[in-house]
Amino acid sequence: MPDLFAARAQMATSLAFHIIFACIGIAMPVLMVIAEWRWMRTGDPIQLALAKRWSKGTAILFAVGAVSGTVLSFELGLLWPGFMEFAGAIIGMPFSLEGFAFFTEAIFLGIYLYGWNRISKGAHLFSGVLVAVSGVASGAFVVIANAWMNAPVGFELLAGRPINIDPIAAMMTPAAIPEALHMTIAAFVATGFAVAGIHAWFVLKEPENPFHRRALPIALWIAIPAGLLQPFSGHMSAEFVARNQPAKLAAMEALFTTQRGAPLRIGGWPDPETRTVSLGVEIPRGLSFLAFEDVNAEVAGLDRVPRADWPNVRVVHVAFQIMVGLGSYLALVALWALVLRLRGRAVHTSKWLLRALVLGSPMGFIAVEAGWTVTEVGRQPWIVNGMVRTAQAVTPMPGLVIPFAVFTLLYCFLGVVVAVLLWRQIVRTSPMGEFMATSEFRVLPLDGRPSGSAAAVRPSRRSRAFEGLGE
Amino acid sequence: MSGLGLADVLAGLMVAALTMYVLLGGADFGGGLWDLLASGPRKAAQRELVADAIGPIWEANHVWLILVVVMLFSCFPPAFARFSTLLHIPLVIMLVGIVLRGSAFTFRTYDSQRDDVQIRWGRTFAIASTLTPVMLGVCVGATISGDLGAVRIDASAYDIYVAPWCTPFAFAVGALTLALFAFLAAVYLTVEALDDGLREDFRTRALGAGGAVGVLAFLVLVLARSSAPFLWTRLASEQWALAIHGVTALAALTAFWALITRRWRTARFAAALQATCVVWGWAWAQFPYLLPPGITIADAAAPEATLRLVLIGLSVGFVVLVPSFWYLFRVFKRQPGPLPE
Repeated sequence: MPDLFAARAQMATSLAFHIIFACIGIAMPVLMVIAEWRWMRTGDPIQLALAKRWSKGTAILFAVGAVSGTVLSFELGLLWPGFMEFAGAIIGMPFSLEGFAFFTEAIFLGIYLYGWNRISKGAHLFSGVLVAVSGVASGAFVVIANAWMNAPVGFELLAGRPINIDPIAAMMTPAAIPEALHMTIAAFVATGFAVAGIHAWFVLKEPENPFHRRALPIALWIAIPAGLLQPFSGHMSAEFVARNQPAKLAAMEALFTTQRGAPLRIGGWPDPETRTVSLGVEIPRGLSFLAFEDVNAEVAGLDRVPRADWPNVRVVHVAFQIMVGLGSYLALVALWALVLRLRGRAVHTSKWLLRALVLGSPMGFIAVEAGWTVTEVGRQPWIVNGMVRTAQAVTPMPGLVIPFAVFTLLYCFLGVVVAVLLWRQIVRTSPMGEFMATSEFRVLPLDGRPSGSAAAVRPSRRSRAFEGLGE
Repeated sequence: MSGLGLADVLAGLMVAALTMYVLLGGADFGGGLWDLLASGPRKAAQRELVADAIGPIWEANHVWLILVVVMLFSCFPPAFARFSTLLHIPLVIMLVGIVLRGSAFTFRTYDSQRDDVQIRWGRTFAIASTLTPVMLGVCVGATISGDLGAVRIDASAYDIYVAPWCTPFAFAVGALTLALFAFLAAVYLTVEALDDGLREDFRTRALGAGGAVGVLAFLVLVLARSSAPFLWTRLASEQWALAIHGVTALAALTAFWALITRRWRTARFAAALQATCVVWGWAWAQFPYLLPPGITIADAAAPEATLRLVLIGLSVGFVVLVPSFWYLFRVFKRQPGPLPE
C-alpha cells in the first residue's frame, strides 16, 4: 500500500470513527436535559429514569469520542506535517476555541454524570445545559477549521508560503456558516432518529411499557425539526459548493461536460474513462435551477479541471446520492410525524410510523458518513483547496500501513465493544432498574451531602441488585 | 536572552498548560499504575478509591494535553511538524495508550455485569495508564537530549525515525515521568482516602514512588552527561539551574517529611510543587530552544497576528475555564466519598 494512500485511509478511518461519537456528544446532552427538565417540572419518575439511562449511554460514547478526538489532533501532525506547517498559524484560532469549548464540555459532563446527589437540582440541570451548548460550539469550531480547507482565506501566498496571515478572516471563511450549520443539524438528525428508532422498536415490542412511550416524543422533539431543516441547509451548502468548488459539485453530480440548463442526476454509476453515467434518472435543468436558481444557468463540469486533478468521481457521486437519499427519507418521516402530531394523534399509535422510524434508525449516521466522504474526497487532490496538495502534505515517514492497520484494528475492536456494551447495559436491561434507583434518588437529600447507607452503596452492586427486581 | 517576546510568553503558557496536565492528568495515569499494583488485604478498596478519585475528572484533566498540542501547532507550526514527524512511532504508541486507558476505564465503570469482564477492563486500563506516561517521557527525553533537533533529513530511516528516541536516556526520562505521576497519585490519594488503612497503603506507596523519583532523576542526570550533552552543560553550569535544583530538592524533602509525619495536605502541596519544579526545570534548561540544539522559539514562532490572537483567545478561555475547574474540584474533591452512578 503506498504511504499516501495509507495516510489517507488512516485519517478517513479515524474521522469516520470519531464523527459518530462526536455527533452523539453534540445531540445526546440535549435529550438528557429535556428529560431531566420534564422530570423537574412534572415529578414524573419515568422522565428521570430516561435522563439517567441516556446519560449512561452518553458517558460511554463521550469517553470514546474524547480519546479518538485526541488521536485526531495528533494525527494532524503525524500524518500531515506539511499541512500543519502551512496552516497551523492560520487555523489555530478555531482549534484553540474548540479546546476551551471541549474543556467546558468535559468539566460539566463530569459534574452531570457524577453529581446527581452532590449538587442542587437546578445546578445539575444547568450543568447539562452547559454540556449541550459547549458540545455544539466545539463541533462547530472544528468544522470551521475544515471549512477553511475548502475555502482558504485570510492570508496571501508568496512563493507557496502563506504571508500576511489574518486568523480572524480565516475563521470567517465563506464556507464556515453553511458547513458548520449542515454538520450541526446532521448531528441532531442522526442522533435524534437513532434514538427515536430504538425506542420505536421497543414500543412495537412492548406497547404497554410507558418508558419507551415517553422517550419517543423527546427524541422526536429534536429529530423532527432537524430532519425538516436539513434539506434547506443542504441546499445552502450545495449553493456554496457550486460557486466555490465547481470540481466538487461536478463530481457530486457526475457532470462531465460544462453545460447550460444542466440536469439533476439521481442515482447512476459514473464512468470517468468514457465520461458517461449509466443508469440513473435525469431531471432536465434541475441542477442549474438548484445550484443557481436559474434553469438556464451554466454549471461547470469536470472538463474544466485537468484530468489529473479530478476527485474520485464514483466515490463522491455515490456518497452524495446516499446522503441525499437517506436525508430525504428522514425528512419525509419527520414530516409524517409532525402531521400526525398536529392532528392531535400520539406518535406511538401509528404502527406504520413506528416501523418507518425503526427503519430510519441507522440512516442518519450513514448519511453523516456519506456526507463527510463527499466533502473530503470531493476536495481531493487538494488538502488546502487549490493551494496545497494532499501529496505535498503527507509525512515522509515510511511504512504508514502499520499505523493504519493498528488504528483500524483498535477502532474496529472498540466499535464492537461499545455496541455490545450499549446493548447489554442500556438496551437489554430493563429500565425498571432505574425506576428503583429513582425512588432511592428521591429520598437522598439534595443539598450535596451524600449521607446514610444508600449513598454508600457502590453503584455496581446497586445496579446488580436491582436487575433481579427489574425483570 | 534579551527581553521576552510574545512568542516566549506563549511558550511559557504552553509549559504552564503542560504543568497542569502533569499535576492533574499525570496523577490520573499514576492512579492507573496503583490499580495495576493493587495488593494486600485492601486490594479491592484501593482500586475503588482510584476509580472514585479519577472518575469525574479524568476527561477534563485530559483536555490540558489537547490544549498543549493546539498551542504547539498554532504558535509554533514548524516545530510541531518536525516533532510529530520524527516522533511518529512513540507518539502512536502513546495514543494507543491514551485510547485504551480512557475507553477501558469507562467500560469498566459501566459494564458491571460480570466480574471477569471487569477484571479484563481493569487490567487494560492499568497497563495503558502505565505505558502512556513512559512514552510521553520518551518524547520529552528525545527532545531535550538534542537528538531530535540534530536529525539530518538525509539520514537513513532508522536514524531519523527510531534512533533519536530509542535511547537509554529517553527511556530513563520515560521511567522518571511514570514515577513522578505515580508519586503524585499516591500523595493525592492519601488525602482522598476515607479510612486510615487505605491512607497508610498510599502513604507507603507515595514514599516508594518518591524514592523512585529521586533515583531515576539521578540516573537521568548521569545518563545526560554522555547522551544529552546539551542538557548536561545547561544543568551543570548555570546559576539558575542550581536554584531550581535547590527548590526541587527542598520540595521533595518537604513532601517526604510531611508523608512521614502524616501531614497529608502539606505533602500534597509539596509534591505538586516538586512536580512543577521538574517541568519548569526542564523548560528552563532548553530555553530559548524548542527543539534543541537547532530550532529556537523565535525560529518556529507563527506570525505576530496569530500569536496575539491566541493570547487573547487563551485569556478569554481562562476566564471561563478557571471557575469551571474550581467548581468541578469543589464538587468532587472537597468532600471525598463514594460516588453515585
